[in-house]
Amino acid sequence: MDNVLQMVWLIPLLPLIGFLINGLGRNSLSKRMSGIIGSGVILFSFLLSLYVFFNVKGGNSHLAHYFNLIDINSFTIGFDFQIDPLSSLFLLIITGVGFLIHVYSTAYMHEEDGKDYAKYFAYLNLFVFSMLLLVMGGNYVILFIGWEGVGLCSYLLIGYWFKNVNYTNAAKKAFVMNRIGDLGFLLAVFWLLNKLGTTNFTDVFANLSKLSTTDITGITLLLFVGAIGKSAQIPLFTWLPDAMAGPTPVSALIHAATMVTAGIYMIARSNVLYNLAPLTQEIIMWIGLATALLAATIALKQNDIKKVLAYSTVSQLGFMFLALGTGNYIAAVFHVMTHAFFKALLFLGSGSVIHGMHHEQDINNMGGLKSKMKITYITFFIGCLAIAGIPPLSGFFSKDSILIGAYEHNKIVYSIALFTACLTAFYMFRLLFITFNGKFRGTEKQWNHVHESPAAMTVPLIILAILSAIAGFVNTPALFGGTESLTHFLSPVIQQTHQTTLSHATEYMLMGGAVVLILAVISWAYFKFKNYEPKEESSAFGKILENKWYVDELYNSILVKPLQAIAAFFNTIVEKKGIDGMVNGVGKAVNYGSRQIRLLQSGQIGNYVLLMVLGILVLFIIQLFF
Amino acid sequence: MEIRWYIGLAVALFSIGVMGVLTRRNAIIVFMCIELMLNAVNLLLVAFSKMHALSPVGLTNPSVVSNAQIFVFFIMVVAAAEVAVGLAIIVMMYRNTHVVDINFLNRLKN
Repeated sequence: MDNVLQMVWLIPLLPLIGFLINGLGRNSLSKRMSGIIGSGVILFSFLLSLYVFFNVKGGNSHLAHYFNLIDINSFTIGFDFQIDPLSSLFLLIITGVGFLIHVYSTAYMHEEDGKDYAKYFAYLNLFVFSMLLLVMGGNYVILFIGWEGVGLCSYLLIGYWFKNVNYTNAAKKAFVMNRIGDLGFLLAVFWLLNKLGTTNFTDVFANLSKLSTTDITGITLLLFVGAIGKSAQIPLFTWLPDAMAGPTPVSALIHAATMVTAGIYMIARSNVLYNLAPLTQEIIMWIGLATALLAATIALKQNDIKKVLAYSTVSQLGFMFLALGTGNYIAAVFHVMTHAFFKALLFLGSGSVIHGMHHEQDINNMGGLKSKMKITYITFFIGCLAIAGIPPLSGFFSKDSILIGAYEHNKIVYSIALFTACLTAFYMFRLLFITFNGKFRGTEKQWNHVHESPAAMTVPLIILAILSAIAGFVNTPALFGGTESLTHFLSPVIQQTHQTTLSHATEYMLMGGAVVLILAVISWAYFKFKNYEPKEESSAFGKILENKWYVDELYNSILVKPLQAIAAFFNTIVEKKGIDGMVNGVGKAVNYGSRQIRLLQSGQIGNYVLLMVLGILVLFIIQLFF
Repeated sequence: MEIRWYIGLAVALFSIGVMGVLTRRNAIIVFMCIELMLNAVNLLLVAFSKMHALSPVGLTNPSVVSNAQIFVFFIMVVAAAEVAVGLAIIVMMYRNTHVVDINFLNRLKN
């Protein structure tokens, strides 16, 4: 046990060292070297995480205290790492998927010159460091440091090609929207500190009886605001699709597998707190459901391969929040894990397509790629099956446990969630068929350029495809004779309020119904899109979906425009006329006054003497009479 | 003689000096008027000193009285030095401008 405590600090430290080497040596490192360093440190972190995982497998939980971060007489905030099943699971996801994506990046980014290449890996390592800090932190403050760190890295990596103004705007949008959520998170931490004087997870959860219901509801809601920002839920979800401006591996790592799940991690970590706030749970459930549905409908009509995946991510995150809201934390964490595999796979697959198509992202210009990109096609197909929820792939188990939880909570929620799951299958297979089936719709030149990606890209794809296929078996429900190992593994840290009470017959019926529906939707998508031809005009409703429900335009007109108007008012009236006027006015008054007073200096000695005499007389009179 | 005659004379001399400085334009006359004011004050100093000499304080402290009398000589010496400098300035001024009209000397204006 002590061994674990002695080396856990290495897990986040290694990526930090990688960041420093790559960041400081970016001018002298060769591309090969920076790739090896960038991936190598993550590999070592992964191995250490595996070691930690096997150590905590029995349900151990350690708190490693290193030093006091803040030490004021009434409270101390330590630099603590909490090592327990939940964090070790996230450690494995982050370092494991992270390592694969680093390897993939070495090939994907090969066109960049050495300096930018090293910079890319430096940012990516810094991201992994922050993310590890986030999941390992033993209190909300360390979690918040990681939380901000991943936000920063997300900003840096979305704006990686910063010469393109649109990309930097997307980066700014992501950062600002995250900041809105972060404010909520910060307020929640202050609230906790004010009421309990501690932010340690263990202390907070042990002292919940000191909090009133209002406190708990307020704190959980504010924490959830933080999660909304980070995990792209309504109303702060619009940054995630724009974040696709970054390199594709970044989208896979940050905007699909890890960072966006930070909100789910945080709520799952605070499950004890949330169990006491039914109102918050209800809100989380509805927001998650609404996000899942809204994003899925938007994904139906997008033509940018990465945008479809981005909206699909938002939708899947909505599913996870739905699970959290129904008290089904383990299902949410389970879905985080399977989603990390299949969504990273899909993003990397789309990256492979973009790579092969030479930076073409519009699926209208693709088609028939399966003959030239076999491995990408097969792995992408597996990813689609997994996300659609076809048994026995991983997505089936995780999504099914979410749906069952929803069914027991509320039948209406269940039916909406099921409908959304069907939409998921539809838009994913639409993407698959349009991209890989039918005939090629691009130019002759593009077709000749299309090629399968190098091994550094296909091997991670294959590994992720295998994981997407089998990861579901870590939590096979009792229904299929499974042991629910993940549930047992996580049970020491998570107090699941949701317990399945359904009979096996009902479960079979629900699962079977869902699978049949999804299969029907897939075959419909197949016949609709197998020989897809892009149409110019779409129906009125289709147009709304194509324009993403006009959410961006709505935010623009109700928030951005008024803010800019206020800013313009302050600029022209308050700043230019008021403050500048005051400052310049003082200067002008002094100028004018001195010009007038200067006239007294007539140069006539008589005048001077006269004034002197008058002055003396005045003094004399004052002396005499006052 | 009573002190008020001295005061009256000194005031008369001082006023003449002030009026002269204020109204005349010839530098030498202005200069003389300044001397006149100075001497009016000197006269007053001597007169008050003499007055104090006859008072009880003066009778017991004769040194206080003689101090003022000697002080006046110092003032006269300094005034003489001042006159030497002042006249030298006026002579230089005349050499350069051929006038001794003070209204003509307004180059420091504004």
